[in-house]
Amino acid sequence: MANETGIKITEVALRDGSHAISHQYTVDQVTSVAKVLNEARVPYIEVTHGDGLGGSSLQYGLSKTDELKLIEAAVSVTDFSKIAVLLLPGIGTIHDLKKAADLGAKMARIATHVTEADVSKQHIETAKELGLETVGFLMMSHMAPVDKLVEQAKLMESYGADTVYVVDSAGALLPHEVKERIKALRQELKVNIGFHGHNNLSLAMGNTLAAIEEGATRIDGSIRCLGAGAGNTQTEVLVAVLEKMGIPTGVDTYKMMDIAEDIIAPILPKPQEINRDSLTLGYAGVYSSFLLHSKRASEKFSVDSRDILVELGKREIVGGQEDMITDVAAELSKTAVTPAK
Amino acid sequence: MEKVKVGIIGSGNIGSDLMVKLTKSDVLELTAMMGIDASSRGMQHARHLGLQVFDNGVEGLLDQPDLVDIIFDATSAGAHIHNAKVAKQLGKRILDLTPAAIGPFIVPPVNLGEHLDADNVNLITCGGQATIPIIHAVNQVAEVEYGEIVATIASKSAGPGTRANIDEFTETTAKGIELVGGAKKGKAIIILNPAEPPIMMRDTVHAIVAEDKMDEEKIVNSINEMVEKVQAYVPGYTLRTEPIFDGNKVTVFLEIEGAGHYLPKYAGNLDIMTSAAVKVAEEFAKNREKPAVKQA
Repeated sequence: MANETGIKITEVALRDGSHAISHQYTVDQVTSVAKVLNEARVPYIEVTHGDGLGGSSLQYGLSKTDELKLIEAAVSVTDFSKIAVLLLPGIGTIHDLKKAADLGAKMARIATHVTEADVSKQHIETAKELGLETVGFLMMSHMAPVDKLVEQAKLMESYGADTVYVVDSAGALLPHEVKERIKALRQELKVNIGFHGHNNLSLAMGNTLAAIEEGATRIDGSIRCLGAGAGNTQTEVLVAVLEKMGIPTGVDTYKMMDIAEDIIAPILPKPQEINRDSLTLGYAGVYSSFLLHSKRASEKFSVDSRDILVELGKREIVGGQEDMITDVAAELSKTAVTPAK
Repeated sequence: MEKVKVGIIGSGNIGSDLMVKLTKSDVLELTAMMGIDASSRGMQHARHLGLQVFDNGVEGLLDQPDLVDIIFDATSAGAHIHNAKVAKQLGKRILDLTPAAIGPFIVPPVNLGEHLDADNVNLITCGGQATIPIIHAVNQVAEVEYGEIVATIASKSAGPGTRANIDEFTETTAKGIELVGGAKKGKAIIILNPAEPPIMMRDTVHAIVAEDKMDEEKIVNSINEMVEKVQAYVPGYTLRTEPIFDGNKVTVFLEIEGAGHYLPKYAGNLDIMTSAAVKVAEEFAKNREKPAVKQA
């Protein structure tokens, strides 16, 4: 498996993109998107709340539609693409995973903070027992040195993961940092290596190519950049670039362009771009899903959202700590009584 | 009053912190530590304290059943199933600090007086001990339709037991929010943060109250009263800010500074759990005249 040729793409717009639309996906949207991605022969399509199974909450945002209904809808219109689900131990449980598997999900992606892989043992093992292809997803990979990343990736491999991903949740990694991480994993692990980027520093494509150059074979993209923050590596662009490079993905480039233009663009509340806030996510090294939450906190407490994000970065806040946004904003609003110079 | 003899199963973070707290109790006398790793820091400390130390876990008690009257189980949800059986066989009361949730739940400031005759009671989780009092405080004055908590703890304060039991943590805490907190529906999230220096335990409580029941003043007063009750046995339990109101939602930010007994002060998650367990055991000891369990 470690020697697979070509690149296998996972489309994450129906999961990571959930953040960008405040978890408001409907069954109709998911059905129509999954159907055409299947026709474009995308190998994997991830469908869940942005924070994975069980993510619907006051902390992260309540789902408009029960994610199990969305998974079921996606499964019903895909005969080629496999449906993947994300699970963050501490948020979702094995119980949720079993329900998703019963509905026809074929891949489980078990995500932990880059230093906390050992909480994923029971979930990775269960996913394998359920017969799911299983991915270990090391989030916020920029926050740990390379040797720590390797140690944690090996844990996931030892639990049975078929693939381990370097996940640049904050879109903070620079190309040479991606290279050294993928290279080290390629040397130390037998399983597939994957890369998940965010475009907050306009480096998603560059980082993805750097990862592929070092041996990553599993790549995430979000069509039309429909992902958290400034979005992920733009899938239709990636497919076109890889085609020009002579690297097979099996995905239909023209169809992906059409889906992006005709089906995804209308879903986006506004076009994805790198603005002040998403740039700050990458700059400060903060989890990309914090974007809309910090914007709301900035309005509620009259604090510059960049100050909130930079402070969160300084405090080494990890993914899932959305409650800290309000907390920090409330704190900054009190300390900001003296007029800034 | 003669002290009631107690023993601990499990020499990890929780068991070791309990050990420190129990040696300070006026009502309880710690006599035994039952671990499985004779070389662990906790077991060494137990020997140093002059306790009877067993390295074959609860089995050690089979030969010397009179050594303890109450057992604290600080192992894991899986191990508790066996430990509970042995305790029952010996006719000993067991206080479960794992999320196994076999016995009824106890959160001292909410329902300490209940279940005084149960032979197995459960302390839910550290996140549950920290947040359920707040859910209950809100629910007393405004019906809680939905209670959600987010517990964030320092990676260093989460031992292997906690890490292997992360699903049990979220599921048991959610159940406690409903059964003891009184919320119609409960949800729990746990996050481990590896920052250095380690962060203090923090908990965020979100409660959605019935539309017509929102009364900010009453809710704030009820929460403040509850915080004082918890502070009586966990002095480092504080509100970080005033409760934040948004429509029919109230959000409370808590911070729990530990006593620094076994792990440093950041590990408030240990303190709130072990302090609650000691409080429950002391209550049991005081009500000892009513024998709870018949000898098997």
